[in-house]
Amino acid sequence: MNAVIQLWESLHPLLQMVIKGLCVIGVLFPIGGACSLIERKVSAAMQGRPGPNRAMPIWFAWVPVLGPFLQRVGVFHLMADGLKMFLKEDPLPGHVNKVYFMLAPVLAMIPALTTITVVPFGAYLDAAGHLVPLGLANVDVGILAVFAVGSLSVYSLIIAGWSSNSKYPFLGGVRASAQLISYELSMTLSVLPVFLWVNAPGGEGTLSLFSVVQAQSGSWLSWDGAWFIFYMPVSAVIFLVALFAETNRLPFDMAEGEADLVGGFHTEYGAMKWGLFFVAEYANMMIGSGVFILLFLGGWNPLPWVPLADVATWLHLTDQPIWLGLLSIVIFVGKVAGFIFLFMVVRWTVPRFRYDQIMKLGWQKLLPLAIGNLLFYAIVIAWLQPKI
Amino acid sequence: MPYLVDRKPLTLSERLYLPQILAGMRITMRHFFAPNVTMEYPEQRPAIPANYRGVPTLVKDPHGREKCVSCQLCEFVCPPKAIRITPGAVPADQPDRAHVEKAPKEFEIDMLRCIYCGLCQEVCPEEAIFLQNQYSLSGYTRAEMVNNKERLYELGGTLPDQHLKWDKKKAAAEVRGKAAH
Repeated sequence: MNAVIQLWESLHPLLQMVIKGLCVIGVLFPIGGACSLIERKVSAAMQGRPGPNRAMPIWFAWVPVLGPFLQRVGVFHLMADGLKMFLKEDPLPGHVNKVYFMLAPVLAMIPALTTITVVPFGAYLDAAGHLVPLGLANVDVGILAVFAVGSLSVYSLIIAGWSSNSKYPFLGGVRASAQLISYELSMTLSVLPVFLWVNAPGGEGTLSLFSVVQAQSGSWLSWDGAWFIFYMPVSAVIFLVALFAETNRLPFDMAEGEADLVGGFHTEYGAMKWGLFFVAEYANMMIGSGVFILLFLGGWNPLPWVPLADVATWLHLTDQPIWLGLLSIVIFVGKVAGFIFLFMVVRWTVPRFRYDQIMKLGWQKLLPLAIGNLLFYAIVIAWLQPKI
Repeated sequence: MPYLVDRKPLTLSERLYLPQILAGMRITMRHFFAPNVTMEYPEQRPAIPANYRGVPTLVKDPHGREKCVSCQLCEFVCPPKAIRITPGAVPADQPDRAHVEKAPKEFEIDMLRCIYCGLCQEVCPEEAIFLQNQYSLSGYTRAEMVNNKERLYELGGTLPDQHLKWDKKKAAAEVRGKAAH
């Protein structure tokens, strides 16, 4: 183990970053694909059916117990789907604007895989007993980078819709752009109270997501032990609703609109170009829920008032940075998985909104609510924070 | 009769929308944990209700004798003309059926044409053709989808018969014959 650490530290920092980045992408991309299977299975369970449970390579049937089990779970459907997407003909319709048509799916992946750099997904204690975030980059702009890069994803939808040069994709692209821009406002406004609280006057100003989690890592019954969802439920709800809208999930799936727009912006796409849109959508969902968890659900702290550092002391992991790091990642990824499940429950619960209802909800309900919420917390925090 | 629906104003929790969504999510979760209602078809087969109209078949009487007398009523009534009968004489090796006038030499039902209407069963004076439980039928060629006489009897098997019409006729004929003497 030590030899590995030494080898790692002898590498050039740039090479280290590249390897780390590839690792994160190498995990995120397949999980994005796996989410499509999980979605199929979960949707099936909610509708009282078993879901995909047939595909299996013939020789695998000989493996006792494991073979039938994996078949029931549908793992091979995922592989078959992935293989199909790579191998099938990649159509390039004659009437599209080819450069932008090819560019759009790539553009969809870029924000999804870029925002992950500033999202910490775990933490460990260093030799001095300080919590160090696990992530590609713990930069001070944190949330700002997420919003700035994340909102670029609208370009891929617009470009896909526009370059397809046919009516349904065009409508889907137009709707997507209007929707994403509308909800971005409330989303940004809703997280401001969190940062107002984190950046106490006189302290060091920061927008990093790590510091937000630190502000939720107090010990038993201390002020900062509770997660922000308890202090700022309205912010959390606004952020959550906007998150659904930003990721184009039901009930806000205006951009796709299977029911009325065939497939919306991706109607003309097929094979892996189409697949990239979906992996990007799931990656966006995961990063969005990751940010929600960091902001409002205590990040890698297992329970409110039970911070990771305390758990490390109980489990004697304080001098085991690797195991503690893995534990924190497991906790964080577990929360993200729970969140993805929430996305799916909501999908099969709430019927999709009409387009005008979405605009009304965004501009006339959420935006004033977010502004009022911000003002309220600005006053409360200004009054309360000096006293604590 | 038209009647007025009382449209109540929405309550506060309904207008807030979120409590209603939570209630809906509870229902979704209930369904998530509820057992599946799907039947996994090739492994599990549905229970076939009585009087099901499946594939038309030819049946034998309880004594294992052929019932069809090749009257061709089914052939005539069949709307899509799926039935084709070649009439013939009763084979000589069936002495207990010697009093029956005819028997089908060949009996073919083209299952690519059959519409499962059941008119053949309804029209049959001999209760020889029945639509039974068989519902899953497939083949690789058109010829495979034509059920010949042998296959029809194989599918049909034996059904109980209360009348045994030809036995009664035979008995009646024997009584009449004795009376004549």
